[in-house]
Formats: sequence, structure tokens, C-alpha cells
Amino acid sequence: MMSLIEANLPALQVVLPLVAAPLCALLGRGDRSWAFACLVTFVTFAVSVALFAETYAGTIISYRMGGWEIPLGIEYRVDRLNAFVLLIISGSAALVLPYARRIVAAEIPAERQPLFYTAFLLCITGLLGITITGDAFNIFVFLEISSLATYALVASGSWVNKRALTAAYNYLIMGTVGATFFVIGVGMLYMITGTLNLADLAVRIVEHGDSSTLRMGFVFILIGIGLKLAMFPLHLWLPNAYAYAPSAVTAFLAATATKAAVYVMLRFMFTVFGFDYEFQADTLRMVVLPLAVIAMFAASIVAIFQDNLKRMLAYSSIAQIGYILLGLTFLTETGLTASIVHLFNHAVTKAALFMVAGCFVLSAGTCSISKLGGIGRDMPWTTAAFVVGGLSLIGLPLTVGFISKWYLVLAALELGWWPVALMIMASSLLAIIYVWRVIEAAYLQPAPEGVVRKEAPLSMLIPTWIFIGLSIWFGINAMLTSTAAGRAASALIDSSHILWKE
Amino acid sequence: MEHHSILRVVSKLLIPPMLVYALYVQFHGEYSPGGGFQAGVVFAAAFVLYSLVHGIDALTRVAPPRVLHALAGLGVLIFAGTGVVTMALGDAYLGYYALGEHPQHAQEWGIVVVEFGVGMTVATVMLSLFIAFASHTRKLDDKDW
Repeated sequence: MMSLIEANLPALQVVLPLVAAPLCALLGRGDRSWAFACLVTFVTFAVSVALFAETYAGTIISYRMGGWEIPLGIEYRVDRLNAFVLLIISGSAALVLPYARRIVAAEIPAERQPLFYTAFLLCITGLLGITITGDAFNIFVFLEISSLATYALVASGSWVNKRALTAAYNYLIMGTVGATFFVIGVGMLYMITGTLNLADLAVRIVEHGDSSTLRMGFVFILIGIGLKLAMFPLHLWLPNAYAYAPSAVTAFLAATATKAAVYVMLRFMFTVFGFDYEFQADTLRMVVLPLAVIAMFAASIVAIFQDNLKRMLAYSSIAQIGYILLGLTFLTETGLTASIVHLFNHAVTKAALFMVAGCFVLSAGTCSISKLGGIGRDMPWTTAAFVVGGLSLIGLPLTVGFISKWYLVLAALELGWWPVALMIMASSLLAIIYVWRVIEAAYLQPAPEGVVRKEAPLSMLIPTWIFIGLSIWFGINAMLTSTAAGRAASALIDSSHILWKE
Repeated sequence: MEHHSILRVVSKLLIPPMLVYALYVQFHGEYSPGGGFQAGVVFAAAFVLYSLVHGIDALTRVAPPRVLHALAGLGVLIFAGTGVVTMALGDAYLGYYALGEHPQHAQEWGIVVVEFGVGMTVATVMLSLFIAFASHTRKLDDKDW
């Protein structure tokens, strides 16, 4: 039995939540569907941990779906990089679901909850599938599974605020355009090479050399994935989707959805196109680098003027994605390490902050900053979590935010790009302003009269504080995350250098 | 509905062949064009025609949404469960060779079962979508036609 499970771990990673989703819909009302979904995410997380442990030393696990030979059939391929991302996704799910029970009960009618948890499990399936598969078209399929589930999840915020429907519709249009661009790009690569397996694509693209079709394919994939990960001018769907989605969904999406898209980008750029594909390097430095820097500033400035806490955090997410993309454009090992480590660090920090926003929504019935006056006295633990998470967002030492910025600045200085390093620090100052606005309201302003606010229940506080604890633990003791990220980065560089230098 | 005799007769003539044709497409899927998706759509179309003539309430009496949702989930479970079975039998996920002695028969069995799951899900999801949209509109009285 154990050997069977061990041999099929990559398949189980995706199959478990997939099989669980319809079962969850059949379970009916009550806490049963929630408890079941929770259990499934715990087992899924255990599978991710097993995969991470197995690949940590550098082994690459390859799994043939349906037993088909590899370039023909679908391959699931786990290496250090995606094992790390799998861990982030399933770990966030395993923490968000226990948190979800109370806030979902408050935001979604009881008869809809089983379907809500079903959509949640499907979303997890899709994100894990995107990350684990080694097949370009399979990525598209899972991208659609996760996106469709996400649209439904965002729209389910309409029981609280009808604007969730337009937000979900916007996201639907933008997300579909993104997925279409992605599949057009993949189609062009298929036209050149006749294969869809990522590893095989990499070899054949080198054999084929540069061409205008290859360039078009690259641009389509860049824009398609850029839409999915909310790259700066393509980010317009994100603030409303995050602001009006149910709070538990926002916490989960902020931690995982854009991260999976960033992973796809990393995989395509550095495994498929290769590290020293000249057109890609030029595009990254001429187009993506300025956009990333603009995102860091523009989104942070917009965040300062938001009144809705969830919307503010959403804009801050766009800025943080700017940091992740900036790390990519350095095209150095340190830069990549910074990006990959920030995937984890931002997931932990942002999930915690959105969970705090959810606690505010549950107790105070609002997350509008102007109505949160004096909430620090009524909900001391929740607000304290926000303070620590906010510090991590700013990048203060002893938090994970510092580790990411440290690597980013280091990477910029390695290249001698000191203006970029300065801009990274300057944009952190903007984060101080928007985090401070909330802290000021929470601690220094008087509470509105006649409002009773209780501390959030333990079932929500504990997952929030686990995320906060992680963001401090890995801020002080960054060895595990940065070693894992560094190894993932060097693995990416090694694979592509070998191919193009031959 | 009694006085719409043309509609009633035509739909009575059309619906049975549609259902049979759907089953034909379904069960010839593994060696001729067709398969679960097409079959599911044709199968659902028969029910849609029935509800166009007899009204949405008649359809929901025959196929209550609750049952449709359960069947949709069951179809996915049949598909995914086949994979789990082959995994338990020692092959890869959806590795059909584990299903029988003769490799060709094993593949055939695998495809037939999986396509059955697909057909079931597609037909019930189509109907659920149709019911969801059709139930939103104001009920037409028979005299308003």
C-alpha cells in the first residue's frame, strides 16, 4: 500500500482534491462539507511535503499519466522549484480552510456552502495541477480549471455585496483573454517544435534557433501569463476581485493564484526559452523591468488612498508582484533567488493580512479603514497580527519581507544597478504610509459610539497567527526558505545554460 | 398544452430517436468519431426540447436539479475513480492496461468507462445550466403564447 502511494505521489497531489470536489458537493449542508474539505487539504499538504522532501536533494520525479511515453503523453515532473511552489499552495490551503468555517458561515448562505467548498477544492486542484505538470497544454487546462473555480468563488461574494458579480465578470473577461493568449503562444511553440512537453520543447527550441514565430510565441505567453499574474498595466481585474470576494477566498487567492502564474512564467522563461535567449533578455530588461518598477510605485501610491482595507491590500499585492518580476529581470542567480523566496514570503505575509481583514469583517461588519477607529482596543490580537504583517510588508528586519528585499537589493547591487536598489528602498517607504494609516486608525482614533466588537474567534486567530509566526520564523531563520529558493534558482539556470551553450 | 398538437406530436417523434442517437454516439466513441461529450450534449438536447414544449416545470419534475447536480458529481467520480482503480491495480493514473488481460480490451474498457462518466457529467451540467437560465424568466401563462 505504502509503495503504491509513494509511486503515485505526483498524481495523488492533483487527484486527491479533484476526487474530493464532487464528493464534497454530495455531502449536503452543515459543517460536513467544511470538515471534509479541511481533511482533504491536510492530506494534500502531506503529499506536498513528501514531494518536497523527495526532491530537496535534487532528484527529479517524472510521472507518466496513463502510462504514455513521455514526449507523447502528459508528464508530471517535480523538481526543486515546483515542489517549493506546491508546498506554498497546499500549505496555504491547509491553513485557510480551518480559518474559513466561521467567516464563510457569516458570508455565504448555508445551502450554498457545500458548492462553495467544492469550488474551493477545484481551485486548489487547478493551481496544484498548473504547478506540477510538465506539459504546456496541460498547464492551460489546469489554468482554466483554477480560473473557472476562482470566478465562481469571487462571484459568491455577491451574498454580501452585489459588486462581487461585476468584479467576477471583469475577472472572467480578463482571465479568458489571458488564457487565450497563453494557448495561442503555446500553439506557436507547437507549430515550431511539434511537441508540448516542456523539457522536450526546451531541447527542440534550441535546435530550431530563433525565429519570428518563436518571438511571437514568447510575447503571447508573456502577455497571457502577465494578465493572470496581474503584471502592472494588466492588473485592473485584481483590486475588485480581491476586495469583493469572500474573505477566506481573498486570503487564499492572494497567497496562491498569482504565485502559480509566476511559477508558469519562470518555467517558460528559464526552462523552455532558456536563460540566454536574447530576445527574451531584451524584452525583460526593456519592457518588464520598467513596468515592474512602475508597479512598485504606482500601486503603492494608489494603495495609500484606498479606504477599503481589502482593496488597499490588493493594490499592495500588485506592488509586491512588481518586486517578484523585478527579480526575474535581473537574469542572475541572486535575482531569481529573490523572486522565488519572495513567492513564499509574500504568500505568508499577504495571507495573514487578508485573514486579519476577514476577522475585521466578521466582528465589525466592515473593513473600511475609516470605520475601524479604535479597533486595536477591542480586537487586540487581530490588530497585533496586522501590525506584524504590515512590518513584514514594509520589509523591516526580523520579518520575511526583509529577507526578500535584502536579496533583491543584493541582486541589483551585484549588477551595479544602484538606482534600482534605491527605488526598491524608496517604494518600501510608501508601504510604511499605507500600513501606518491602518495602524493609526486602529490604535489612535476613538472608537465609533455604540459599536460592539468582539475579538475574532480562535478558529480564525490561530491560522492567522500561524502565518504571522511563519513570517517571523523565516525572517529570523531564513536558511530553509532561502536555501530552497537558491537551489531552485540554480537548478533553473543550470538546465537552461546547458542547453543553449552546447 | 393540449391544443399545441403539432408541437406535441413533433416532439414525441423527435425525442426518442435523439436519446437513442445519443447512446449510439456514446457507445461507439472508442472506435468511431464521437464520445462522451457529444453524446452528453445530444442527450441533454432531447430534454431541452421536452421542456421547450411542455414547460420548465415538467422538466424539473422529470429531472430535479438536485438529482442533476448529484449525477454531475457522480460522472466526474466515475472518470477520476477509474484512474484511482488503475492506480490501485499497480499501473499509473488512468493506465488502462491494468484493467484487463488483453491490452486492447483493457484500453477499450478504460475508454468506455471514462467516456460514460464524461457523458453523464456533460448531459447533466448542460441541463443544469439550461434550468438555471430558464427558471429566471417570468412564467408564461398558456394563453400568452
